[in-house]
Amino acid sequence: MMLTRRSVIAAGAGSAVLIALPGHPALAQDAAARTVDQVIAEFTGGAAAAEGEGVTLTAPEIAENGNTVPISVEAPGASAILVIAAGNPTPGVATFRFGELAGNQAASTRIRLAATQDVIAVARMGDGSFVRTAANVKVTIGGCGG
Amino acid sequence: MISRRHFLQAGLATSAIFAALGTSNRTRALAQQSLTQDQLLQFDDFGNLTLIHVTDAHAHLTPIHFREPDTNIGVGGAAGRVPHVVGKAFQQMFNIAPGSPEAYALTYPDFAALAQTYGRMGGFDRIATIVGAIRAARPDSLLLDGGDTWHGSLTSLKTGGEDMVRVQNLLGVDAMTSHWEFTLGTGRVQELIKMCRFPFLGANIYDAEWDEPAFEPYRIFDKGGLAVGVIGQAFPYLPIANPKWMFPEYSFGIREERMQEVVDELRAQKVDLVVCLSHNGFDVDHKMAGRVRGIDVILSGHTHDAVPEPVLVGETIIIASGSHGKFVSRVDLEVQGGRMTGFRHKLIPVFSDVIQPDAAMTGLIDEIRAPFKAELEEVIGQTEAPLYRRGNFNGSWDDVICDAILSEREAEIALSPGVRWGASVLPGPITREDIHSVTSMTYGQVYRTEMTGETLKTVMEDVADNIFNADPYYQQGGDMVRLGGLAYTIDPGAAMGSRISDMRLLRDDSPIEAARSYVVGGWASVNEGTEGPQIWDLVESHIRRLGTLPARDTASHITIKGLEGQ
Repeated sequence: MMLTRRSVIAAGAGSAVLIALPGHPALAQDAAARTVDQVIAEFTGGAAAAEGEGVTLTAPEIAENGNTVPISVEAPGASAILVIAAGNPTPGVATFRFGELAGNQAASTRIRLAATQDVIAVARMGDGSFVRTAANVKVTIGGCGG
Repeated sequence: MISRRHFLQAGLATSAIFAALGTSNRTRALAQQSLTQDQLLQFDDFGNLTLIHVTDAHAHLTPIHFREPDTNIGVGGAAGRVPHVVGKAFQQMFNIAPGSPEAYALTYPDFAALAQTYGRMGGFDRIATIVGAIRAARPDSLLLDGGDTWHGSLTSLKTGGEDMVRVQNLLGVDAMTSHWEFTLGTGRVQELIKMCRFPFLGANIYDAEWDEPAFEPYRIFDKGGLAVGVIGQAFPYLPIANPKWMFPEYSFGIREERMQEVVDELRAQKVDLVVCLSHNGFDVDHKMAGRVRGIDVILSGHTHDAVPEPVLVGETIIIASGSHGKFVSRVDLEVQGGRMTGFRHKLIPVFSDVIQPDAAMTGLIDEIRAPFKAELEEVIGQTEAPLYRRGNFNGSWDDVICDAILSEREAEIALSPGVRWGASVLPGPITREDIHSVTSMTYGQVYRTEMTGETLKTVMEDVADNIFNADPYYQQGGDMVRLGGLAYTIDPGAAMGSRISDMRLLRDDSPIEAARSYVVGGWASVNEGTEGPQIWDLVESHIRRLGTLPARDTASHITIKGLEGQ
């Protein structure tokens, strides 16, 4: 139920979006064998991705619950955005593909993070170039606040 | 054209004059003469709007002693910068004479001795007098409460925070934001909000399931023809630092992009001024001020810092007003053409023996305390040394609490949370109210469990990184977890995982072994279903058994490395 609803919500964020979730057996098996660099290289076809401008990744600095961390990505004019959890046993999270009729190029979902790590977003822009950004999300055991 | 920046810098110079405690001349004169209420309240009206800021009272209705920290380490860019300056260095930075009222109010040296001269500070009936006097001079004032108001005393615990809402309503609070309020549980928070005659603001409080704003983010006040937008920013790490099972409906976070969004929304509505009423903590506010555009004033709470002058970041001023009712900030602003063009500020110290109590507020406080009077005032034991908490590492009160856990729960190691609240106690009697001041909470059960040496180190490293992470956005604003029965060395500037070393069990001076299990007692667990006696009952029986707490060498078992130049 939850998975379905979240998929619908995520799809609603940018119409004509195809989502590959890490729970998908084929992808999980496939990605596990590959490193973060390999996953990115496959997405970019080996092209270099520029840091920064053009793609925005919004994630909490410290996760309230590492099992369901809300993140969102946005890259105006992008045709696809790859999201990777660099420190997970299976780094692949999702690839959002935007069709020509997409109202905007943004998507939100919730991901599971095994430990403190970087979440990386790589966007393929309309002109075929790539931009990337990363956010460090801390997964803490919590405890003693002021 | 004179840029706004120049105006602000000119304003800061003015402020440096008027920030002095009670005179228009920040000299040592105060130490040599008796204080008067007129001096404390003296302020040359400025501009066309006044903000009054109180924060982090932790439900301390009556005057208290509160020793400021002797250790407040700043990492990264915050090193050597307020609020990470303490004691003599603080006195030198602000030209405060040792032994003066300012030294007593703002720094720790000779605290217990100076307390005999200058007395208790705070008390909401004194705060009411100050607020009343400011309003008489400046009818167009806004009184803003930064939160941590509904928690921290026996009366707030027993009345479920209602005592504080009554006080806030009588005081005429215009808006508040929150942190410990949520430890009363979602249902109670919603009940209390209905009793408030003012908005409870939190732009960064979201519905955890639907990821959409759950509280009123801001309120626009019409003051003397000016539209003043006040944004609330609740403590970002509530579900991590406090038990999220008590408020599972909500998600928090710094949400910098959300702050920018609401600032832009207010600017689009052509407000004259944007104020952020924040419970981020000072270092987080300092970083946010440099990244979010369009905030004129940040009223900063959470980290309990009393800073005598506004701190300027870009075109934003940050005001930090201490804790426990010790201070009230008055900020006069010149607002023209949709911007702040100048300011004058004073951190007013609430010397309770100097400020005349407001009769109506005294009456309400007496009424609130009456049913609990005997309970509050009962003397439990005596202490030879001053008891205090605030500071990055164990204070003498923490040592007493850890000793109580070790003996009453027969543990090898005690853990006590590194919270920054709780009043100090001078040598002499300890009352039940004093014990509640440092222990009161809705999840005070003292657990007894076993932890491996490895787990203990993980916990300590995790908490240390919440305080000493070089990026303020990863700091939670508390102090280091307090330990009993365990010695350790800490290097605050090291990376996470390598700050803590040389852990030893004090009982037999043996090194902590990673694989061995140790019996650990502690309180304030964020886990649901924690069982055990309440910490205040346990501390009370410990003090009763000892009768008199002897003076001891506080925190001698903690070694701090790498502090050269701090």
